[in-house]
Amino acid sequence: MVGTQVAMYALADCNNFYASCERVFEPHLAGKPLVVLSNNDGCVIARSQEAKTLGFKVGDPIFKFKEAVRQHNVIVRSSNFALYGDMSRRVMQTIRMFSPDVEVYSIDEAFIQLAGLARRDYLQEMRRMRATILQWTGIPVSIGIGKTKTLAKLANHYAKKTTGIGGVAKIPEHPDEMLKTVEVGDIWGIGRQWSKKLRNIGVKTAFDLAEMDSTLIRDSFNIVAMKTAMELRGYTYFNFEQSPEQRKTLLRSRSFAKPVTTWQELSEAIASHATRAAERLRNEELVAKVLRVFFHTSLFNHQTPRHSASAVVELIPPTNVTHTIIKAALEIAKPIWKLGFEYKRAGVHLSDLSSGQIQCSLFDSQEERVRDKRMMKLLDAVNTSMGSGTLHFAATGFTKVMQMKQLKKSPRYTTHWEELPECLCGLHEVQGGMSHISQNTK
Amino acid sequence: MVEELRLPLVGGRVEAGFPSPADDFIERSLDLNEQLVTNPIATFFVRASGNSMDGAGIHNGDLLIVDRSVTPVHRSIVIAVVDGGLTVKRLSKRGSVASLLPEPSNVDQGEYAPIEVGSETDATIWGVVTWSVHRLQCTR
Repeated sequence: MVGTQVAMYALADCNNFYASCERVFEPHLAGKPLVVLSNNDGCVIARSQEAKTLGFKVGDPIFKFKEAVRQHNVIVRSSNFALYGDMSRRVMQTIRMFSPDVEVYSIDEAFIQLAGLARRDYLQEMRRMRATILQWTGIPVSIGIGKTKTLAKLANHYAKKTTGIGGVAKIPEHPDEMLKTVEVGDIWGIGRQWSKKLRNIGVKTAFDLAEMDSTLIRDSFNIVAMKTAMELRGYTYFNFEQSPEQRKTLLRSRSFAKPVTTWQELSEAIASHATRAAERLRNEELVAKVLRVFFHTSLFNHQTPRHSASAVVELIPPTNVTHTIIKAALEIAKPIWKLGFEYKRAGVHLSDLSSGQIQCSLFDSQEERVRDKRMMKLLDAVNTSMGSGTLHFAATGFTKVMQMKQLKKSPRYTTHWEELPECLCGLHEVQGGMSHISQNTK
Repeated sequence: MVEELRLPLVGGRVEAGFPSPADDFIERSLDLNEQLVTNPIATFFVRASGNSMDGAGIHNGDLLIVDRSVTPVHRSIVIAVVDGGLTVKRLSKRGSVASLLPEPSNVDQGEYAPIEVGSETDATIWGVVTWSVHRLQCTR
């Protein structure tokens, strides 16, 4: 390998991102337990470190924890994606000031290719980047550096849980000792099932997995697990835009607030689910090959006539374009809908997901796909900055049957003029030798 | 259901006729962002509330432009976190000691204790105010 440039990756991951965004504009929330709820104020989707310590888990239905919330003065917030989206953009743009090769992996994570940087002291450079992100945006990040994306991810995990290293960690030249401290379940792409299976055969740490015979891993697990093991040894198997994790299916469905009988209402609900699902696909840079639409009457009410219907279609070529998915969904749903039934639930299910490279097909034009891609980008940008659903397809309807409940949303501090943070021009006086701010404005 | 989207017609027709002699001189229009926002990534807008900074020309309801990438110096107007809230203050730096002061109009001058940055008050600097936008006349 003499003379060739050794690849080097960093993974920057925002610490408790949603909670951190809330705290930038409300510093009094620092040090307090805080949870952020899902779209409908249903479940916990993000937690501050303090809330994690109290034992709150992602997915906890919040109504079950009223007592704990009260007892520990837990701050509860609805999700504020206009704010999180804008802060994410700022963090990612700051990262791009340091390296042009950035792969945004999720709203709060990005891989950075370091090999091309002019400054060769990567650890120092990433410390500088961390400080800059913190100063410019107020968001704390942890950064892991390694020869492969899997090692960078592992170093990031180490940086997050190790105090006193300033949030930045690099996999050492001889990483064996460090790998021995990492549990196999904490490795990127090794899910719960695999880690259980691995532990059963005595593979407990990242070091054990790296030492395991490649062919054996491939035969007992799969090629992705083998690649992960090779990455732990420092060989690049996941390039930019590649990862061991990939969702296989995507489901969007919900019960109706009140039974739906008309095609108009049902089609709007299906289109709305299709829209959400397509957004998620694009967010994860995936395309779907198989689309299933389903709807049914109440499963429990035996008084009214019952009907359950579902239809499947193959999307050629695989796609993540909203209007293509809506069109396909409505086309297959219309013939199976029947008048005279009170439908209780509808949904779309996308499967055979694969990563963004859309294969060329004889039946569609390159031009059309470029146009669709640009349109989707615009759609996502507007919906991120102005609130989800601002721009939507007419098929999703203008009076939504299902409305979002968001009672505890913080202001959209950075994207709406009417919701800017207020800064107090107040007077403080001497009182008992201690200086403090008096609340005597107006 | 779908509203018509009206777009302004920019420029003249291009396919026929003589070009306008002014066309060569049309470059672009001025955008206030270029003047007021040096580093968009680190710039936030906030609303001033209260009168303790009247002496510095910052009045109740003014729009403040805050650049978090700017290093605060002696006499900077800053957004500071004091007791967990965002406040507007004048920064004073004497040697290694940095303190925060209000700046009310002459009429309101009284006894104010400066707040030391990083002292037991846990005061920190959030960002530097680079511009204040003050409305002089209500339009509409």
